[in-house]
Amino acid sequence: MKIAIASGKGGTGKTLVSTNLFNVIRQTGQKTQLIDCDAEEPNVCEFIRGKVEEETLTTTHIPVIDARKCTFCGKCQEYCSYNAIIMLPAIKTIQVVEDLCHDCGACVYACQYDAITEKEKVTGSITQYAIGSNADLLESQTEIGIYSPVPIIGQTINMAEAEALTLLDSPPGTSCPFIATVERADYVVLVTEPTPFGLNDLKLSVETLRRLKKKFGVVINRFGLGKELIEDYLKREGIALLEHIPFDKRIARVYAKGELITEELPEYHDLFGKLYQNIMKQVQA
Amino acid sequence: MTEIAVLSGKGGTGKSGISAALASLASKVVVADCDVDAANLHLILEPENYLEEVYTSGQKAQIDADKCTSCGKCIDYCRFDAIKISDGEFTVVGTACDGCQLCARVCPTGAITMIDQNESRWFAGDIRNGKMVHARLAPGEDNSGKLVNLVRDHARKEAHDIQSDLILIDGPPGIGCPVISTLSGINKVLLVTEPTVSGIHDLKRITELVNQYKLEVFLVINKCDINMEMTEEIEKWAAGKQIPVISKIPFSEVWVEAMINCKSIVDWAPESALSNEIRVIWNQLIGNE
Repeated sequence: MKIAIASGKGGTGKTLVSTNLFNVIRQTGQKTQLIDCDAEEPNVCEFIRGKVEEETLTTTHIPVIDARKCTFCGKCQEYCSYNAIIMLPAIKTIQVVEDLCHDCGACVYACQYDAITEKEKVTGSITQYAIGSNADLLESQTEIGIYSPVPIIGQTINMAEAEALTLLDSPPGTSCPFIATVERADYVVLVTEPTPFGLNDLKLSVETLRRLKKKFGVVINRFGLGKELIEDYLKREGIALLEHIPFDKRIARVYAKGELITEELPEYHDLFGKLYQNIMKQVQA
Repeated sequence: MTEIAVLSGKGGTGKSGISAALASLASKVVVADCDVDAANLHLILEPENYLEEVYTSGQKAQIDADKCTSCGKCIDYCRFDAIKISDGEFTVVGTACDGCQLCARVCPTGAITMIDQNESRWFAGDIRNGKMVHARLAPGEDNSGKLVNLVRDHARKEAHDIQSDLILIDGPPGIGCPVISTLSGINKVLLVTEPTVSGIHDLKRITELVNQYKLEVFLVINKCDINMEMTEEIEKWAAGKQIPVISKIPFSEVWVEAMINCKSIVDWAPESALSNEIRVIWNQLIGNE
């Protein structure tokens, strides 16, 4: 069972929800995993600390063109949909722009002269931490300057264990990194805030999840800040409201230090317990 | 011409609010919202769009079941795991397809065609003191970096047309492809952080990326009073990196009210301490141009 915690807008409280939810679920004795899928800016490790079990480097394939075998026929360049091959036949030069390469293999297929091989390039890492006896944390992280976190996100989610309850902390937005995360989830929890920006981005996320035919519900964070614009929208659209997290300066202070509100502020342990039950009810509905 | 991007690594630190406030102070400006997959700045600046253009984000493969012989060659070659067999039929998983066309090329019966993804849009509009260029990447579509480039190219054209010396860019979160596209060819970066463990962590990663470009970098610590110790830690770190901290903005309900009412702080509470703080940022960042 995989549950993704996502939001269109950044900074609405995804990591607050995923880390605290993880904390209350693992305390029930359930085998629990938390995967930080925000590979560009992973933050979960700032809140959940454990012992490093394993670190794996992630790699991509980059073509290497042997200019001695190359006849400058131009077929690889024609087959590359990403403009990642630059060729100047006049001066017998052919080059791969590594940053533009998507590792699709089309150039290797195109070359009839055996001039293209592939090398591996490190794109990031996956670190696994043990948290107590029944839980672990997997953190995906891109190298600085890597364009797309999507392959790393996929590889990290592949490490999820079938019998565990796995929480996926999603990257923000609604484009490829978000899709790569939520499409593997059985249920999605969208975290929003009661501001016009929160609502605007919530609508985008809802549209995307409906397209993907995903089951989802909404948590309103910083509740009490604005008017009831989110509730009105959820009622209109028939979307499940899973829980409110109040606007409480103590939460901001605990979060700022990298602590969990379900440990520091007992009333939030109960709130997240309720949230977990509400999610499971929706999953089974 | 000066192009300034507001970035943060972490989402929700206040990029759009600060971008909107700086835009309000300009006598003439072109604003570019480069957070193309969760654009918000138009909610505050309310541009009157006079241009709406289709953006083709890429292509996705489509299999014609009548021509498909189920030979499986496409599955063997696809590195994106984007072709699945459901109910005996070969189908493309749209969200996984990267648009590389290799399946279409290897298919012996020509059953696979590539379809343009045409649902994304970009816009240009009038705002009170200039122009705004923004975009909407259709949910689930790729190539946000290419769309960012388009928005920026058009912003330059608008700036040229109205003879604006300033392009203000509201950047996307993260450090990946849309951020990299935001950074190329600009002059200055305003980093906005918050004194939380995530804020600092993400600030360090975005700084490492920004330092690969030769840019003038400035830092604002937003909501600085959430945790004063951490604010001091950020200041110390910034001093070591020779990044000037040009403002520390305390958390304020007035800021929240302005955002809820979709107004820039400078328009909502022009006399407030916060608005003065924005003027301080403006003077350090742009004032001497």
